[in-house]
Amino acid sequence: MPTASRDIVVSNTLGLHARPAMQFVDLANQFESRVTVFKGGEEPAEADGKSVMQMIILAATEGTPLRIEAEGPDAETAVEKLAGLFESKFGEE
Amino acid sequence: MEIKKGIGVSPGVVISTAVVLDAEDLVIPKRTIEPEQVPVESERLGHSIADAVVELTHLRDEITAKHGREIGGIFDFHLGILKDKTILKQLLDEIRNQLTTAEYAVSTVMRRYANKFLAMPDRYLAERVKDIHDIEKAILRSLVGQKRADLQHLDRDVVVIAHDLLPSQTAALDKMHVRGFATDVGGRTSHTAIVARAMSIPAVVGLGDITGLVSGGDLVVIDGTRGVVIVNPDAEQIEQHREYERTQLRLESELAMLKDLPAETKDGHVVSVQANIEFPYEIDDALLHGAQGIGLYRTEFLYLAAQHEPTEEDHFAAYQDALRRLNGRPLVIRTLDLGADKYSEEKGASGERNPFLGDRSIRMCLHDIPMFKRQLRAIMRATVLGDVRIMFPMISTIMELRQAKMVLNDVMEELEEEDLAFRRDLPIGIMVEVPSAALLANNFAKEVNFFSIGTNDLIQYTLAVDRTNERVAGLFCPAHPAVLQLIRDVIRAGARNSISVSVCGEMAGEPLYTLLLLGLGLNIFSMNGPDVPEVKKIIRSVTMDHARNVARKVMSFDSERQVMHYLREETRKIIPEVF
Repeated sequence: MPTASRDIVVSNTLGLHARPAMQFVDLANQFESRVTVFKGGEEPAEADGKSVMQMIILAATEGTPLRIEAEGPDAETAVEKLAGLFESKFGEE
Repeated sequence: MEIKKGIGVSPGVVISTAVVLDAEDLVIPKRTIEPEQVPVESERLGHSIADAVVELTHLRDEITAKHGREIGGIFDFHLGILKDKTILKQLLDEIRNQLTTAEYAVSTVMRRYANKFLAMPDRYLAERVKDIHDIEKAILRSLVGQKRADLQHLDRDVVVIAHDLLPSQTAALDKMHVRGFATDVGGRTSHTAIVARAMSIPAVVGLGDITGLVSGGDLVVIDGTRGVVIVNPDAEQIEQHREYERTQLRLESELAMLKDLPAETKDGHVVSVQANIEFPYEIDDALLHGAQGIGLYRTEFLYLAAQHEPTEEDHFAAYQDALRRLNGRPLVIRTLDLGADKYSEEKGASGERNPFLGDRSIRMCLHDIPMFKRQLRAIMRATVLGDVRIMFPMISTIMELRQAKMVLNDVMEELEEEDLAFRRDLPIGIMVEVPSAALLANNFAKEVNFFSIGTNDLIQYTLAVDRTNERVAGLFCPAHPAVLQLIRDVIRAGARNSISVSVCGEMAGEPLYTLLLLGLGLNIFSMNGPDVPEVKKIIRSVTMDHARNVARKVMSFDSERQVMHYLREETRKIIPEVF
């Protein structure tokens, strides 16, 4: 099964709060691949990228390093698009 | 199978399936389910989440239309959580692994998340805990709401299990199909007890944690006569209680035939058997049971039912209604007796350290003469419509009685000046329920036309027992020799002064004490309507000589156990079906 991963840093000021988490999950759910998000830093944790609750509980504030991993037929695209959300700062500002 | 002992507050036996009620803001009790109920609970969970999604989608669209996309978008998060498959899985796992109800699973899992949010250092995220509570409530509302709706349209008989029945809940009951009540808390004067007696269905209260023990759909026996509830009874118990049920039905139809016969002993001594009511409409049922009048009309409910204090016209309308239903039979109206035992949480008695000994009933009325007069005016105006008698509660000194009578005289003068009709000679009586009044009965008897012994309060004040306190409730006993002596003396004082004496406490309706009270010379027995036939039957089965002998013997005992044992034996000889 193809896998892919990408390291990113949360760059929007409010961090991964409710709306960005929703956006992330909505997008993740469009892929067949399993999506997992790992949080680095002082309190490492992981979340199912398709669960809003788990994503928000990551409490990924601005500056938190995250790794997005996907496993499945569309893993590569999934990771790319999901990382894109962070790069665009979820359309904030 | 589990047997629980509580307080039987409405007699009878019923076997039926349970419906468990939760109040919206109560802590959801942990209730275990049988493994085969897991699919049922899982399905309920699924439905309730779907309901919550519909409800919140509506809310989002409404708010979006009013305040714009930005604000309405808040609910997208709620909806996102409700559609989160990992949460659904956790909820289902909770039901399956912990064998709990859907309600309990929702409240446990959501509480776990709420705590996680609270622990977050980021203030913005910690604030999300409110959303979590919102979501939890939306699901629970649907789960509980399903049951509420069910209670209004039942297609089969059920018994209702609740922490305590709220008036709003009983109002919504499908009275055709609700066959019994069992509650965690409550006493004989609780709302549940009153409603059950009015509906003539068995009820047991004060069971502690019956809501934790019973799940919806369980088979439950409610034995209001013995104060017992059996959860998931075995075959033998079911048969035994079916037999009780049959006996009871037979007895009831037999007793119904007594309805129009007088309460007369075999040797021709006649007493009167009357009923206690809270609402005028209860009179119809009381008369059907053979009551010969209303020995106690508790007017408190006029004050409690409305948002505001009742006006003179509110009072008058109720009395007029009652008298019309009674068609010439006597109606004893007790003036306001708001007090600690019944309504401490509502009106009156607020902030008192010892409300039972506080500003209640006649004391409260004498402290608020305008309010007292409104009721007295209505009572006086009703005297021309039927056989009205007035009764002052909780009299403890002769001065209180004189004061109350003085206010009544003022009212008569006012009415005279206004040219309103009334009967000046209406009988005036007092409740004898404070030991001081019982001890001075001879003095009081010279200033009133009748006595009515309120045994519930008399027992509590004589024995210093609050029977709503479960730790001491066992000390509350009508058979205590001290209580019996007071009752005997009050009846004697009445006879000596040629005024009638009634008992309107629960003791009057308990078959166990009928022989004794009859033998002591009681004139009027006033009780809950459904108790009338049984008491009448005992009276009609004995001679006065026999009853007097029983009373004499009872008065020679020095412990309540002896008294009760002896009375049980004697009564069993007359109507073995009762015990």
